[in-house]
Amino acid sequence: MRFSLANLIRQSFAGHQGWPAQWRDAAPKPAYDAVIVGAGGHGLATAYYMAAEHGLRNIAVVEKGWLGGGNTGRNTTIIRSNYLWEESEALYNHALTLWQDMSQVLNYNVMYSPRGCMMLAHNIHDVQVFKRHVHANRLAGIDNEWLSPDEAKAFCPILNTSEHIRYPILGATLQRRGGVARHDAVAWGYARAASALGVDIVQNCEVKGITRDASGAVSGLDTTRGPIATKRVGVVAAGNTSHVMAMAGVRLPLESYPLQALVSEPVKPMMPCVVMSNTIHAYMSQSDKGELVIGAGTDAYVSYSQTGGLHIATHTLDAICELFPMVRRLRMLRSWGGIVDVTPDRSPIIGKTPVPGLFVNCGWGTGGFKATPGSGNVFAHTVATGEPHRINAPFTLDRFRTGRLIDEAAAAAVAH
Amino acid sequence: MTGEHRLARGGRVDRARPLRFTFDGHAYEGCQGDTLASALLANGVHLVGRSFKYHRPRGFLAAGAEEPNALCTVARDRARTEPNLRMTQVELYEGLVASSQNSWPARGFDLGAVNDLLSPLLGAGFYYKTFMGPRFVKGTTLWAKLFEPVIRRAAGLGVPPKEADPDHYANRFAHCDVLVVGGGAAGLAAALAAARAGARTILCDEGAEMGGALLCEPDATVDGMPAAAWVAATLAELARRGATLLPRTQGFGYYNHNFVALAQRLTDHLPHVPAGAPRERLWQVRAKRVVLATGAAERPLVFPDNDRPGVMLADAARAYLQRYGVKPGTQALVVTAHDAAYRTALALARAGVKIARIVDTRPRPAGPGLEAARAAGLPVTVGGTVVGTTGSLRVSGAMVAQASGTGATDFETVPCDLLLMSGGFTPAVHLFSQSRGKLRFDAETQRYLPGDPAQAQASVGACAGSWGLAAALDEGSAAGAAAAGSGAGRSHAVTGDHAGEGGGILGALPHGRDPARVKAFVDFQNDVTAKDIKLAVREGFRSIEHVKRYTTTGMATDQGKTSNMNSLAIAAGALGRTLPEVGLTTFRQPYTPVTFGTFAGAARDDLFDPVRRTPIHDLAAAQGARFEDVGQWKRAWYFPEAGEDLHAAVAREVRATRAVAGIFDASTLGKIEVVGPDAAEFLNRLYTNAWTKLAPGRCRYGLMLDEPGFVMDDGVVGRLGPDRFHVTTTTGGAPRVLNHMEDYLQTEFPELKVWLTSVTEQWAVIAVQGPRARDIVAPLVEGIDLSAQAFPHMAIREGRICGVPTRLFRVSFTGELGFEVNVPADYAAAVWQALWERTAALGGTAYGTEAMHVMRAEKGYVIVGQETDGTTTPDDLGLGGMVAMSKPDFVGKRSLARPDLVAPGRKQLVGLAIEGRTVLEEGAQITPTADPPVGTHAIGHVTSAYWSPTAGTPIALALVENGRARTGETVFVPMPGGAIAARVVGPVFHDPEGKRLNG
Repeated sequence: MRFSLANLIRQSFAGHQGWPAQWRDAAPKPAYDAVIVGAGGHGLATAYYMAAEHGLRNIAVVEKGWLGGGNTGRNTTIIRSNYLWEESEALYNHALTLWQDMSQVLNYNVMYSPRGCMMLAHNIHDVQVFKRHVHANRLAGIDNEWLSPDEAKAFCPILNTSEHIRYPILGATLQRRGGVARHDAVAWGYARAASALGVDIVQNCEVKGITRDASGAVSGLDTTRGPIATKRVGVVAAGNTSHVMAMAGVRLPLESYPLQALVSEPVKPMMPCVVMSNTIHAYMSQSDKGELVIGAGTDAYVSYSQTGGLHIATHTLDAICELFPMVRRLRMLRSWGGIVDVTPDRSPIIGKTPVPGLFVNCGWGTGGFKATPGSGNVFAHTVATGEPHRINAPFTLDRFRTGRLIDEAAAAAVAH
Repeated sequence: MTGEHRLARGGRVDRARPLRFTFDGHAYEGCQGDTLASALLANGVHLVGRSFKYHRPRGFLAAGAEEPNALCTVARDRARTEPNLRMTQVELYEGLVASSQNSWPARGFDLGAVNDLLSPLLGAGFYYKTFMGPRFVKGTTLWAKLFEPVIRRAAGLGVPPKEADPDHYANRFAHCDVLVVGGGAAGLAAALAAARAGARTILCDEGAEMGGALLCEPDATVDGMPAAAWVAATLAELARRGATLLPRTQGFGYYNHNFVALAQRLTDHLPHVPAGAPRERLWQVRAKRVVLATGAAERPLVFPDNDRPGVMLADAARAYLQRYGVKPGTQALVVTAHDAAYRTALALARAGVKIARIVDTRPRPAGPGLEAARAAGLPVTVGGTVVGTTGSLRVSGAMVAQASGTGATDFETVPCDLLLMSGGFTPAVHLFSQSRGKLRFDAETQRYLPGDPAQAQASVGACAGSWGLAAALDEGSAAGAAAAGSGAGRSHAVTGDHAGEGGGILGALPHGRDPARVKAFVDFQNDVTAKDIKLAVREGFRSIEHVKRYTTTGMATDQGKTSNMNSLAIAAGALGRTLPEVGLTTFRQPYTPVTFGTFAGAARDDLFDPVRRTPIHDLAAAQGARFEDVGQWKRAWYFPEAGEDLHAAVAREVRATRAVAGIFDASTLGKIEVVGPDAAEFLNRLYTNAWTKLAPGRCRYGLMLDEPGFVMDDGVVGRLGPDRFHVTTTTGGAPRVLNHMEDYLQTEFPELKVWLTSVTEQWAVIAVQGPRARDIVAPLVEGIDLSAQAFPHMAIREGRICGVPTRLFRVSFTGELGFEVNVPADYAAAVWQALWERTAALGGTAYGTEAMHVMRAEKGYVIVGQETDGTTTPDDLGLGGMVAMSKPDFVGKRSLARPDLVAPGRKQLVGLAIEGRTVLEEGAQITPTADPPVGTHAIGHVTSAYWSPTAGTPIALALVENGRARTGETVFVPMPGGAIAARVVGPVFHDPEGKRLNG
């Protein structure tokens, strides 16, 4: 049943008894044309676009837990595309374009809210780096503007732009189309739309092995719910990607770190936009429910524990209180962690692998949510056609051999 | 009289100390020992707020941390305003000003209550299904501009403070043998046993007073003492034995290795806060053993309209009655699935509250509670249920019935102004679960209980599933003794034990009404009803995490303390599965919300991040320097004379340095002493250059790569002896380089005999640069021949300057004859002063980082982090000659051979010459044409751009594809106002032959 105000009213007279399941809780079939491993936002989006744009309907997404339960449901939902390198600009801006009407396309209100994403500069080096971004983005047709401290204050009135704080704000970049969205809704919306197109979403189905034929090509998966025959597998398993890929003997240049986030108790609107400070490690926005949503940095050591250290959260709140001194009396309601998969150049790997039929989409590190639609869209192309889309062509695994890195972190010392 | 519903005697409040306070502008009186909740109840105030979504009138559900409804804002002044406080935990003080939340214009008449009428529309997840706009309006405009702002304004709870918080927060690290969380019977017994065994013990409790449930047990005795007296005696003995007692302290987070975070409230309960007193303190405790004695919380019953003011947990009513001496109503209906509620009914009856009915939902209850109630003549219905309530701003009655399968029969209306409910008790296993201990589901009692601990920890008392005073005390004592390593605990003689009590129900009561039409609340604050959970299941949300996220159950400020088990049971019922099959949501830190201030502690203003100042800082400041932040350092940026701005000052500093001399504080440079028989070999492997043949007394410019082969850091390295190098790094790179070196030394090259010592803060560095530099330095130096022959460029000597030891480098970052005077930091100010006097006398200058940047750019010297961005190779910078590819290996060597790093077309460092006087903007892009359309590939970017006082023109350095081959070509720098033309030139603008350097 279509989601609409009319149907909502109709159902409210019928006690909402008529809403069907948003997606079929499928059991795995013996064989599929393709299988996506990992039902996070990227995996579900991949399946959706494979079905919607490439006509592949006999496909499945297998998930070891519940869909959207990893980083999709744990991140701070920052959306922006003002990246430095042309490769990244194309990828993230492709995603930003798809965010614009995603709710309508999926018929699911994902609450994409382009309220503006501001990044603060605290020293001369920051100013140089951010202006480089502004210039590069202007050339690429991506909105990103430089704000003076006063302009930043006007856009986000609770910002502490005093010259007398430890690291005064020397300016900021602002991407007005940047913003946030409702993370769970993105996963559910893609799941519902994909399921409606015939995609099987198989939860509680952990991959235990990748089987290959005599030529070395992928022939299927061993799962906790039985074997599945398929000649195409797309692995989108975030922090667990290295484990899954190891089943096919593929080593990936990934390190997995815990990354924390937290929310405050809900309060009336006080924060109109997203503010990021990479220099002092503070990222904040306010959800529609009223909670301040705050991102912290990664732990210093690799780990698969979804709990980060207290000192990391504390350090972030130091910075938040410095930038927004009226929040000191607000309270942390809930904190949590996720496992992020980080590549040496902090850019994702989206494409083919040395194993025929095996594709991978991973390495999104701390900033994958914003790319969800774009990532799914180009990876769907890759898995469906066997060749990368123009946009993800540079994001090869091979670049770590050739040295053709896309190093956003080094360019900006930026978490993203 | 401190409220008309206050009993004449009883409880732990001090009626002789009345306290005045206001709530929503009305003046009331309570007394010392009250919470805001008990004081309002004493004044007959039950309606205290509105719910989040439907704006339903709400009263007090609980008496402690689990309260979901009664939230208020307490304001001392504009800045000291705190929303969303649970009134059940706000201690009353004279003059307290509190207001209700989420209603307008008043909590008694709230226009937002229209949402309750619209509630059929506003079920779980309704916002995912609408607000996408009519289909002809493409994109997100309607959501972002129309619907979302309305929803945002309607959502949120309290109003946040508008001004910076003036209060201070403290932080303390503590170690102990035994940490006990929870100061009820079990926790007190545990702490006492541990302290008696000589263990360093910390005991914390969230309440203002230790004692937990014992504070509500006037009739119980322990070891022959009234319970309250036993609590007092125990606390006195603990204090005497040196235990740390922390009331008002919530254990809120349990991390790895028995690291537990506690939040202590220090001043919020005081009418007047002493000046300078910290408001709250974060305790970060590392404990050898932890004892959790965190108790249990009563569950509400889920039945239609179970949320009206006056509907309360039975145990909470007993707390109000017996701890605070307040009658929470005059006519009570008690609905229970647990024996403990009988105690409450009897106590209320003794206090003069009419018990209209006790409805036991169990078909065949038994036990002393039931017998005592019947003996006291209280009317009891068994196998009953509640199918609805009446009343608007306060409950006025309830429809009770006989349960019959999923329906009900024999309806009967019972008038009441107090409806007490007990669905049984949920052990508070939050901290246990945070410690990564696995919970186990006890099918018989339908509870999740702590399984095997994952850390050195024990759970005792109600949080471990035990019931009764003796069990709590004995378990606590045993765990405390064991934690202290002293064997068995002791057993206690008690009366008023209630050990036999039990019961409980999970999920919704049967009511026989149309389930789609009634609201039986599960999560009170977030307005989640049983039908919302069933809707979520119907829509395919099968994991409890999905149900939670779709309905928001358990996500309110109480984090589901009263709701999680009921919602789990309802979801399990709808799915036809057992509870363990449906799973449990994760217990997350913090247990109760903790202020950001508590986390941030003293880290504010100058203490936010340490400020590093060089030993010359104060002299530079006295000379008028302006400073810039470089990492944690404050560096002198420029030294303006009267009327000069940055550009004028820099131009003067550059000219004076090139004409005479300048002195510069380079103390922030990272310095690492690399010592050992294998020191040269170690540097061979860490830097691109060859070090073996560098003679003692000579320096070399070193280039360090990261593993992918890109420039990571640079600096001059001086060889002091066969086994000793003085390595310098960039200012910002110092810690990174030392980490990098240690990492390799410890993990890759452990066979090398090398020791690394950071000496950044030991050696201050004063650069003296310019044609007269030797004249300035020479008279102050002893033991070093400064002649060009004896002490050439790129040499290092040890000797004395101004009578103190120096490592004197002959190096230059300006292109002039130059020395870098390293002296022990303690002498730096005196040496600077001496050098400055000689420089000034000759007409030289002090210069800052900006002039340094200009002079090095004139000379074409790169700055790592400005000319490089982590993608730049030595050859890109024109420094390919620094790479000794003949060495067997060095970090990054293999990567340098990768195809893309040797491919043609890489960006190369060049200079840009610009006609006119426009200084380019650093970071500006470079294109081959003047009017590039959107999407044009940039062939490079400007890395550095300055006005060059030496050349009298603007200069710039840039990284440009095939840059060296483009020398002489014109390229363009597109700017918003049009492109600027620039000619590609070599990167050295000043003295390309290096004559001045070697002078």
